[in-house]
Amino acid sequence: MAAKTITLNLKIWRQAGAGASGRFEAYRLERLDTDMSFPEMLDVLNERLTLEGREPVAFDHDCREGICGMCGAVVDGIAHGPAKETTLCQLHLRHFQDGQTLTIEPFRAKAFPVVKDLVVDRSALDRVIQAGGFISVNTGSAPDANGIPVPQHKAEQAMDAAACIGCGACIASCPNAAAMLFVGAKISQLALLPQGELEREQRALAMVQAMDREGFGNCTNQRECEAVCPKGISIRNIARLNREFLRAAFIGEPLK
Amino acid sequence: MMKLDAKIPDGPLAGKWDRCRFESRLVSPANKRKFQVLVVGTGLAGASAAATLAELGYQVKAFCIQDSPRRAHSIAAQGGINAAKNYQNDGDSVFRLFYDTIKGGDFRAREANVYRLAQVSNNIIDQCVAQGVPFAREYGGTLANRSFGGAQVSRTFYARGQTGQQLLLGAYSAMMRQVAAGRVTLYPRREMMDLVLIDGKAKGIVCRNLVSGHIERYSGHAVVLATGGYGNVYFLSTNAMASNVTAAWRAYKRGAGFANPAFVQIHPTCIPVHGDYQSKLTLMSESLRNDGRVWVPGKTGDTRKPQDIPEAERDYYLERKYPSFGNLVPRDVASRNAKEVCDQGRGVGDTGLAVYLDFRDAIQRDGIEVILKKYGNLFQMYERITAQDPGSQPMMIYPAVHYAMGGLWVDYNLMGTIPGLFVLGEANFSDHGANRLGASALMQGLADGYFILPYTIGHYLAEAGAAALSTDDAAFAGVEEEAGRRIAALLKNRGTGKKGLETVDALHRRLGLLLWDHCGMARNREGLEKALALIPELRQEFWDRVAVPGSGQELNQSLERAGRVADFMEFAEIMVQDALAREESCGCHLRDESQTAEHEALRDDANFSHVAVWEYAGEGRPAVLHREPLAFENVTPSQRSYK
Repeated sequence: MAAKTITLNLKIWRQAGAGASGRFEAYRLERLDTDMSFPEMLDVLNERLTLEGREPVAFDHDCREGICGMCGAVVDGIAHGPAKETTLCQLHLRHFQDGQTLTIEPFRAKAFPVVKDLVVDRSALDRVIQAGGFISVNTGSAPDANGIPVPQHKAEQAMDAAACIGCGACIASCPNAAAMLFVGAKISQLALLPQGELEREQRALAMVQAMDREGFGNCTNQRECEAVCPKGISIRNIARLNREFLRAAFIGEPLK
Repeated sequence: MMKLDAKIPDGPLAGKWDRCRFESRLVSPANKRKFQVLVVGTGLAGASAAATLAELGYQVKAFCIQDSPRRAHSIAAQGGINAAKNYQNDGDSVFRLFYDTIKGGDFRAREANVYRLAQVSNNIIDQCVAQGVPFAREYGGTLANRSFGGAQVSRTFYARGQTGQQLLLGAYSAMMRQVAAGRVTLYPRREMMDLVLIDGKAKGIVCRNLVSGHIERYSGHAVVLATGGYGNVYFLSTNAMASNVTAAWRAYKRGAGFANPAFVQIHPTCIPVHGDYQSKLTLMSESLRNDGRVWVPGKTGDTRKPQDIPEAERDYYLERKYPSFGNLVPRDVASRNAKEVCDQGRGVGDTGLAVYLDFRDAIQRDGIEVILKKYGNLFQMYERITAQDPGSQPMMIYPAVHYAMGGLWVDYNLMGTIPGLFVLGEANFSDHGANRLGASALMQGLADGYFILPYTIGHYLAEAGAAALSTDDAAFAGVEEEAGRRIAALLKNRGTGKKGLETVDALHRRLGLLLWDHCGMARNREGLEKALALIPELRQEFWDRVAVPGSGQELNQSLERAGRVADFMEFAEIMVQDALAREESCGCHLRDESQTAEHEALRDDANFSHVAVWEYAGEGRPAVLHREPLAFENVTPSQRSYK
C-alpha cells in the first residue's frame, strides 16, 4: 500500500433542502492518499469545512463496505462512479488522475426528491416492496426447511437476483428513471423459488402498479442500469419481470 | 437499588422454555390490537420482532436511523447462521450447539438462555427458507452446510458471503408486509434520543426526526430496543458508521442495568489500518482461515517482500503454538497472538501492524480455481480495497473491533431492569458470554425477534393492561426538554470559526485510540486506571471544543455524530471500570495479570463466575456494580485449551 497522493478538484451539488434551488460549489483537495475511499475523501473535505465554520456536505453512507446500499452519488455522470460493480464507498481514489476535476451530484429521479446536498429520499422503493415483495408466511407456520427442496441452479439464480442492495443507482442512471431492474430483481428472486409460487401473479401485478404509482418510468432497453449496478444484477431480470407481468395479466385475478 | 432477578424457570434445562411459555399469561386475540409496541432498530432482531408482533395482532411502530429499514448493519454479516438441524448427520444436536456456545463464551453466559437459543435455532432456518431466503443448496435441492469458526460439525447455513443481507431482507420483507397491512408504522431517519418512564415503567421514547430536526414523542405499552452494539466507541471498528450506544446508554441513565460492557470481540481477520483519514475497518470472513496460513517473519525488522522470505525464516506462529487447532483457533486467541507478534516488532506492511494470511500452499495443493470458487468474492473485495491480489501474494490482516457481547442486562424474558423495556439482539448481553462464536450473532438476533420476545412480551402486556396512552404526560415534556438542552449544548460553538476547536471525528478518534491502547485486546490495571483518569478530561474537552456547524432544525449529520460521540464519551467510563473490576481473563477479555505459566488466558471461576451489571447512580457519581451469579448445573466449566 504505497502512499501516493493526488490533488482533486471537486464540483459538488449543494442544496439546502427539498424546496430550495441548488448549485455546484467548487473545492480543491490536495495530498489525498490514493488508498482513500470516496466517502473518506468527502470526510476530509467536511472536516476542513467544519473547522472553517462552513456547512459540510450532506451525503448518505453507513456500512462503507458495499452492502447496505445507503451511499450513492453520480460522479462525472456515472452513478457510483467509474469503477465497475463498485458502490461509491468502495471506490478508491487510485481510479482518478492527479489534478482531475470531478462533478458530484445526487441520484436524480422524479421519485427520488433531494433531501439535502447529495442525500435523496428513496422511500418509494420501500413502498414498492410493501406492495408485494414478500412471501406471506407468518412466523411459526413454516414447514421443515428441507421439506421445500430447491434445485441448486435455481437457488443460485435466485441468489443472483437477491444480491440487490436497493441503492437506486439503476434508477438514477436510467433516462426514464425506471425501477425495472430493482423490481425485476425482487420478482425474479421470488418467482424462481417454489416458496414464491402461490403469490406469483398477484405479486407481479401489484409491484408493477406500485412502481407506476411512485412515478418511476418504463424500460426502453437502454441497459444503463445493468452497467452501473454495483452488484452486477442482469437485465435478464427485467425480461423475467415482463414475462411474469404478462403471464399474470392473462391468467391472474385482477387486483382489488 | 437495582434488583436482579433472572426469572429462569425451574425444572430441567430442556423443559424450561416450554414451562415459561405455558406459565406466561396470554393476551386474547381480540385484545392484542389495543396494545401499542415501540420497536427501536430494524436489524435482524428489530425487524423480526416488529413483523412477528404485528402478525400476532399488536400495533407496532418501528424506528430506524437509516433511510430504509433494509440498511441496518445486520446486512453486513458475511459467514452464516448456526442451527442444530443435524442435516449433515454428523453428530450435532440441540445440546451440542448449546454446549459449544456456552463453552465458546468461556462460561460467562446463562445456561437457560443459551439452551433456549439452541432449541429455537431450527425454527429460524425453517422460517427463513419459507420467506424465500436463497440459502446455498446441494445438487439434490436440500440445504448445504459448512463448518465455521473451527466447529467440529457442519451446522452453518449460508447464502454465499451475504448471509446477513439475505436474512435481513427476509425479516424486512416480512415487516413490509405488515406495513402494507397497517399493523406496522414505519419511522425511518429517526434517532432515539431518550427513553420515557411513567410510574417507573417504559412507556415511550423521544426521537429526533433526522430530516426536519423536530423532536418527536411516541408512546407505547412497551418499548423494545434492538439498537445493536457499541463497537464504534473505539472509533475504528467493523461496525457501520451510524452504529452507536445512544439508545442503550439513555436507557441506562434512566435505570436500566448495563451488563459486561468490557466484553468486546476483536475479530482477527480484518484489513489493516492504512491511514489516519480512515473511517472504518473491513472484515474479511474468518472462513479464510480454513485455507490460509497465518505467519510473520521469524526475526524483527525483516523488510523483505513475503515471497523473498524463505520457508525456514517464516514463523507460522499459530501452527507452532497451537498444533491441534493451528490457524483455526478461536477469534480471541488469533487476535491476541497477532498483537503479540506485532508488539515484538515482527509485524508486516507499512505500519508494522499486520500479519500475513497466505494462500500459497492451498493454491499449490488445490489449484487456484478451487480456491477462487471458495473465496473469490473475498479476494475481489480485498483487491478492491488494497489493490493487491491475494492469489499472487499473501493477504495482510490485523484484528479489529467487531462485536459487543456486553449490553443492557435482561432477564430470561428479555426484559431489562426497567419494567416494559425489552432488549434484543446485540443490544442485550444475554447469550454469548465473554466471547461469541462465528455464525451465532444472526442466530441470536432472529431467535430474540421471531421466537422469544413475541411470547414473553405478551405476559408483560397481559399483566400491565392496555391503559390509554398519551404523550401529554409531564414525563414526555421533561425528557423532550432535556434532549433539546443537550442539542443546544452541542451546537454552542457553531458558526464561530473559533481557534482551537476540534471536529467530532477528531475527538472520537482520540477516544478510540485511548480505548484501543488501554482497553483493547489485552488489559492491565495500570493501563485501565490511566484510561479512567483520561476519559473525563477528554469528555470535558469534547464539550468545550467540539465544532458542530449548522442548526438543530435541519438534516445535520455533524450534530447526529456529535450526540453519539457524547454518549460514547460517557459509556467508555463504565466499559473501563468493568474491565478493571474483572480481574480475570475470560473469552475476549485478557487481563495481563491473569495468565497461565504458558501465557494463556486464565479464568477465575471462584471469584468471577458472574455477570457484572452496572447501575447508574446519578451525574458525577460512580456507577454501582451488581453481580448476577452464574450457576452451571448441566455443564462443567473447563479451561479452554487449543494446544
